[in-house]
Amino acid sequence: MSTDPAYTLYHPRWYRRRVSVWWWLRKRSYAWFVLRELTSVFVAFFAVILLSQVRAVGAGPEAYGGFLARLGTPLLLAVDAVAFLLVLVHAITWFNLTPKAMVVRLGGKRMPDWAILGSNYAAWVVLSAVVAFVLLRA
Amino acid sequence: MARITPLLWLLFSAGGTVAALFFPIHLLLTGLAVPLGWLEAPRYDAMHRLVAHPVTRLYLFVLISLPLFHWAHRFRYTLYDGLQLKHLTALIAVLCYGAALLGTAVAAYLLWTFA
Repeated sequence: MSTDPAYTLYHPRWYRRRVSVWWWLRKRSYAWFVLRELTSVFVAFFAVILLSQVRAVGAGPEAYGGFLARLGTPLLLAVDAVAFLLVLVHAITWFNLTPKAMVVRLGGKRMPDWAILGSNYAAWVVLSAVVAFVLLRA
Repeated sequence: MARITPLLWLLFSAGGTVAALFFPIHLLLTGLAVPLGWLEAPRYDAMHRLVAHPVTRLYLFVLISLPLFHWAHRFRYTLYDGLQLKHLTALIAVLCYGAALLGTAVAAYLLWTFA
């Protein structure tokens, strides 16, 4: 990610070779970067699903039934399957980045990367289990 | 813009963490397991009782709002860099963060007036 996209606003024009809009298809690492950034689209998609779930539960049993029926349509099932995979990509790349983005010191010593990674994944497992328990008990 | 950049970055990273920790399980259960018939859907009464609880409502507000800001921030830069739309900086920022704000307002309204 660039820091400030407007950084050349008042800078004199200089010669730049035009780069194709498809620059990120040239290298696998570029494509992976764009895929990782695009996971956010599916994050937003699922936030909207959650929003419609809240609305349906608040609107009554028929609206809730309609919400469940809509989730069962082939189109939404397909999108949800893709969204699940990409949200997993988001979670894994996000957890793996934390030791690089955040340096934790304990008693003057830097916590090793594996400890931060381990606590991330442990929190993920525990919180997922709690959510599953609460939702399935309901 | 420069003044609120740290705040936007904070929302981005908090939203990324919330989405990473909670979205996979919610998506797996609500989006796949229930519609495919692997699990039975929660009954309406139980679901209603669950969402009506203040703690659940607060949880749902955070669960919806922060990931929207995560999306807004990330998608904004994807548009700048990926599609090279640097000349549309202001418009893209307004649309992305505006959508996240709108979603947050809708979530707040629905959860606050939940009956």
